[in-house]
Amino acid sequence: MQLYRLDSAQVAAGIRNRDFSAEEYVQQLLERIEKVEPKVNAFITVTGGLALERARWLDRRIKDGEQVGPLAGVAVSIKDNICVNGTKTTCASKMLDNFVPPYDATVVKTLFDAGAILIGKTNLDEFAMGSTTEFSRKGATRNPWDIARVPGGSSGGSAASVAALECALSLGSDTGGSVRCPASFCSVVGLKPTYGLVSRYGLISYANSLEQIGPFGRTVADVSAMLNAIAGHDERDHTTAGGKQHYTSGSDKPLRIGIVKEFTEGADPDVSKIVYSSAEKLEGIGCKCDQVTCSSVEYALASYYTIATAEASSNLARYDNMRYGFEMTPEGYEWNSYFAKARSNFGEEVKRRIILGSYVLSSGYYGKYYLKAQQVRSVLRKDFASLFKQYDALIGPTMPILPFKIGEKLDDPLKMYLVDVDTVVANLTGMPAISVPAGFVGNLPVGLQIMADNFQEQTILDAASMLEKSAGIQRSPDL
Amino acid sequence: MDTKIGLEVHCQLTGVRTKLFCSCHCDYRGRAPNSNVCPTCSGLPGALPLLNKKSIEFAAMISVALGCRIPDEIAFYRKNYFYPDLPKNFQLTQYNAYGVTSIGVDGVLQYADGKSVRIRRVQLEEDPGRLVYETGSMETSTYSLIDYNRAGVSLVEIVTEPDFVDPKDVRAFLDKITSIVEHLGICDTKLEGSVRCDANISIAGGNRVEIKNVSSFADVEKALRYEITRQTTMVKRDIEVRAETRHWDDSRKLTKESRTKEEEQDYRYFPEPDIPTVVLGSGFASQVVRSMPELPDARKERFVSKYGLSAHVAQVLIDNKELADFFESALRSYNSPGEIANWIVTDLMGFVDERQKQAGSILAGLKIGPEHIAELARIVDDGTINRSTAKQILAQVTKTGEMPAKIARQTQATKIDDTEELAKVIDSVFKSETGAIQDAKQNPNAVNFIFGKVMKATNGRADPKAALDLINKKLKD
Repeated sequence: MQLYRLDSAQVAAGIRNRDFSAEEYVQQLLERIEKVEPKVNAFITVTGGLALERARWLDRRIKDGEQVGPLAGVAVSIKDNICVNGTKTTCASKMLDNFVPPYDATVVKTLFDAGAILIGKTNLDEFAMGSTTEFSRKGATRNPWDIARVPGGSSGGSAASVAALECALSLGSDTGGSVRCPASFCSVVGLKPTYGLVSRYGLISYANSLEQIGPFGRTVADVSAMLNAIAGHDERDHTTAGGKQHYTSGSDKPLRIGIVKEFTEGADPDVSKIVYSSAEKLEGIGCKCDQVTCSSVEYALASYYTIATAEASSNLARYDNMRYGFEMTPEGYEWNSYFAKARSNFGEEVKRRIILGSYVLSSGYYGKYYLKAQQVRSVLRKDFASLFKQYDALIGPTMPILPFKIGEKLDDPLKMYLVDVDTVVANLTGMPAISVPAGFVGNLPVGLQIMADNFQEQTILDAASMLEKSAGIQRSPDL
Repeated sequence: MDTKIGLEVHCQLTGVRTKLFCSCHCDYRGRAPNSNVCPTCSGLPGALPLLNKKSIEFAAMISVALGCRIPDEIAFYRKNYFYPDLPKNFQLTQYNAYGVTSIGVDGVLQYADGKSVRIRRVQLEEDPGRLVYETGSMETSTYSLIDYNRAGVSLVEIVTEPDFVDPKDVRAFLDKITSIVEHLGICDTKLEGSVRCDANISIAGGNRVEIKNVSSFADVEKALRYEITRQTTMVKRDIEVRAETRHWDDSRKLTKESRTKEEEQDYRYFPEPDIPTVVLGSGFASQVVRSMPELPDARKERFVSKYGLSAHVAQVLIDNKELADFFESALRSYNSPGEIANWIVTDLMGFVDERQKQAGSILAGLKIGPEHIAELARIVDDGTINRSTAKQILAQVTKTGEMPAKIARQTQATKIDDTEELAKVIDSVFKSETGAIQDAKQNPNAVNFIFGKVMKATNGRADPKAALDLINKKLKD
């Protein structure tokens, strides 16, 4: 039996009922990882030893009849910008080459409490800055559907690890689309929760006011199961909100759905076609779909890159290699030149964003850029709030284009930034958004993005599961 | 020439238990280096700040005491600059350039009779870590060590308008600030480095010079005097005073240019995304006022009205909370406010070392407690000893910490009011000072000379009134 193909509910049930042991399951996954990693490169660190140890511990507990959590035995991978106590957390950067966190991120703690097994830390664009997972010190992750193509990013390792059947669930982080983009490119489900639903404590900040940790799974049910484990107020994160609810994988209650015209119009026609056919499928099961327009989304990308780089320039200032980092002797430097020398080890894209961010915050420009960007944000919030008075959910393409070739956009940063045009809006407004597999163009996946009002994750999960049922899209390629 | 002085005073909130954004101790002194740190205050990746509500309350108390307005909402900003003592290479502070976010603004403080200063703002921020130089000085060290134990401790910065003209007034203001924070119980000013002051000074409309690295308030005054002389001399010679930061050199008693050329910094302020705006609400300020301990001005008024002290004596006590507490504590043992205040202000202060005064705790070096002063006042009041004996006893108390009554018994310093014993002493003085006796019979002023001799012969123990009566009586015989 190929245990690595099972979704999280099947794994948890199988292990709890002792149909198979957690150890057997983890062993199979490790073999699978060994087999496909040379092609996919989804992981920075595989924590095989720890995973087996934990699997055996869980098996013993189950044998002894003790209580185990809802995700007992389920293997998860975690993006390498989320801190795990005692396990290297590098952000795919030389700057954190030797960084071993002395603490667990809150989401790691809650996943462990739910019984999950950490199988490894996944690849990303350095400090989560990128949309392809090419800007990694550990090399690019490859799209399991076509290993010549990018898996999306920045949580490309997480999405690829789930699509390539190297684990059941994964955690990524989404600052401007970093969960949804690779979910779309890899044909898996990826959710960016409402800002404040999931604790960011232990997530290495790129742009604090925009980002959320989000779950990946091959099914909507998997994503809602993982969301149940990680959502909720955290006293260690002032920006979390209360009011956690229990999410289910969906009801069939018909929804009022708006198709965002600006998003479909700007997309590759092949992609838009799939969005419209998805809408038809949803209508086929009773939903009502209208075309809607929201002109302020035109300013979203500029606003996003202003705010994100501003926050990043400050967040990344702490990496001076004095307290943690990588090997570099301070001998012969005074501190200023040491900082400069150490910080020259950031990758090109990170440096670009630090410089952009420093510029938009500099005196005399603050009002022109940063404040303007914040104003755009308020306008977007207002416009979307009014749309959500008429619609339960809004849909559009997650990505305006199909997964492209590795290296294709590396020389043109601006073109690269443009691929985020549909995803950044949800980060600016704070609303939840999901990417759910909607179809293929040739062998290349297309994801549908579904957005809802703040804290209406259940609506999104409902819509996504309706599409999932009616579309029946393949979730993992042959590798 | 027209002098303008403005101050930036930093007070650590030593009265809160934990740091401003984490649960590490705010009491970092005397701990092993870098042992009082956590992921948040050492700036580890992924850690988030958690705001200490007590610090906001305390900062609000200072704001109220300085006559500031407290806004309905406050926020924190990042001040970005690279320095090894900053774990995150930015400092969390408050900033008013894009709208008021600091805990207090637009205050006025009267710090002496008829003298007041405008307070521009009061803001809450985090203290950086501490650089420890190999040789103790930045100039001569080849390396330095960093101790982050202090990083993240709550700091209140008080920024005044440039309203001071005289360095003496600056000193009076700083003493008042000290007294206020001591009375509020939020800052133990006796702890090294708990209150720090930078001064800005310009002369005749010239450039502004910032003076840093001044470790005591007495030195702030000295540094300002030095700068006034320096800048005045330059202006007279038509040399332009440069806008710069100068450091106070304590050993040479002068200010000097900073070794590192400080460029115009662009701090790239922006609101801290991890700490949402704190809504204090309109009731907050009045709630703070209600919860505040008695402030120095109110206490002074009470000392005058309740205890009948003179305004001057009350002020001397209040200026130093330690003395005021000492006074009220002594009153609980012996309720004679006028006497006790006098003993403290005129006599006890004579034993206070100027260095101790600067170090913060006036009485720390003296082995005296309120019970000593209370007993001393009592045994003078009940006539057991006279005033001049009491002064000698006080001197001994400060050294040994023995109780005054015990010293009096041991040295038999109790007053001689036994007429017979006094008469004997007077007889012997009359015998040895025959010339003076003759004079005194003609000239009443000469009686004082004989009285002095009697007092001397009794080591000051003679009851003055009884002795004078006996001398006059004997002269008439």
